[in-house]
Amino acid sequence: MSTSSVLYDHPGPRAKVRNAVLSVIFGVALLGLVYWIYTKFDQANQLEAWLWKPFAEPKTWTQFILPGLWATLKAAGVGMMLSLAFGIIFAVGRLSEHWWISVPAGAVVEFFRAVPLLLMIFFVFYGLPFLIQGPVPAFWAVVIGLTLYNGSVLAEAFRAGIRAVPGGQSEAAYAIGMRKSQVMGIVLIPQAARAMLPIIVSQLVVLLKDTALGYIVAYPELLARGVNDLSANYGNIIAAAIVMAVIYIIINSLLTAFAGWLDRRSARRAFRIPKQAGPVVMDSTAGTAGA
Amino acid sequence: MHVFTDPKNFDAYLSGFLWILKLTGASAVCALVLGVLLAAMRVSPVPVLRGFGAAWVNIFRNTPLTLVIFFCYFGLFVTLGLTLSDDLFRNIYWLGVVGLSTYTAAFVCEAVRSGINTVPTGQAEAARAIGLSFAQTLRIVVLPQAARAVIAPFGSILIALCKNATIVGTIGLAESSTIMKDLINFNGDAVIPIFLVFAGTFAAVLIPTGYFFGWLANRLAVKR
Repeated sequence: MSTSSVLYDHPGPRAKVRNAVLSVIFGVALLGLVYWIYTKFDQANQLEAWLWKPFAEPKTWTQFILPGLWATLKAAGVGMMLSLAFGIIFAVGRLSEHWWISVPAGAVVEFFRAVPLLLMIFFVFYGLPFLIQGPVPAFWAVVIGLTLYNGSVLAEAFRAGIRAVPGGQSEAAYAIGMRKSQVMGIVLIPQAARAMLPIIVSQLVVLLKDTALGYIVAYPELLARGVNDLSANYGNIIAAAIVMAVIYIIINSLLTAFAGWLDRRSARRAFRIPKQAGPVVMDSTAGTAGA
Repeated sequence: MHVFTDPKNFDAYLSGFLWILKLTGASAVCALVLGVLLAAMRVSPVPVLRGFGAAWVNIFRNTPLTLVIFFCYFGLFVTLGLTLSDDLFRNIYWLGVVGLSTYTAAFVCEAVRSGINTVPTGQAEAARAIGLSFAQTLRIVVLPQAARAVIAPFGSILIALCKNATIVGTIGLAESSTIMKDLINFNGDAVIPIFLVFAGTFAAVLIPTGYFFGWLANRLAVKR
């Protein structure tokens, strides 16, 4: 009840009765809604057993869902590695003392954060082949798009983290004779990364969800294989979409739970990032921009 | 730039962004209303409503938007027969708005909820101690402070919504990403200018929007 503590007192006897009555009323309304959805599904014959039966057969999983899931995880894994590297490089670049490094780095980060991911994927997939005179695999179109976009968001997270490391840390490092690159690599980045871990992980959830855009350029990931191809074979598009949504929700919930665990763990060890100032981060830490 | 001096292409460019604008506008309003309602449910003293709000947020925040939009078209329209307009493109447009709003509402809900959480409990306690009623506490003390904390996240959500609107192209609306794809396919010699014009239009609108919301949030921030 911590969420509502600022809005409500602890309920007294009358409030308890009122809440119980409201619970029943809204409970009935909710059941009514569920029943209405049920009848709509039933009218469209979406509840018949044959629509759901394919999910009990191993062939469905080995042929469609697991290869799709593997492709999704592969694109997400490679994308995560590359965007972390991209993020660190451009965060350090933007903090550089040389304007001819910091200004271009800042421009790149601002630009790619503001451009829709789909536009970048289309550019790489349809546009780049004209420039390099050869095809670009859908996998790389997705991964490059994910890297440019999520890398830019991560760069901002790293930059905020590095700037929030207490000033005494880098002063002490310079005082014992470290060079600029050593201060950054040994002192600042490790602390920033630890403090920003929850934000980084929630951005990785966004990245994982965004791999679903691969469906649009025919990359055989979970949405393409598990919903599109599977339902083309069995004609059960609603059932397939629901099952795949559940798979996505499970994976992302695991990642989110992992982020929460890291947050609690680092709360004991690292310093806390103070409230963020400056321009709005394009993606809230909740991971808005996911697709 | 010969691609955009052709009036046909220029009109296509404009109509693509017009769809994005329309999608963003309608979805922003729907998502705001729905999200605030969901947030009210999530902080209400009624357990059933809290559960409903939490379920909505967990489902839609963890499902890819592409899947949501896909479901709106192939599930709601093709399979269940939900038709929102007789015109082909209007129908796709409204299905897109449904998908974008249900998805974005989950994020609006979380922003509002965390906005309310930024108000220290002492504020409400002090308000009650000087004898304000429940309605007065909310109206005069809690909500004005919560609203200021919500500005920055709302800015991020709006920007994300505008970018996400391109995904409605998946189900056949000729919005700007689809138009860009077509232009690239017909003009292989001008790939980079085409991309820069489309991406630049988004950047030119969204980067200032981000700074504006950041400025507004700072200016209206509750100093504690």
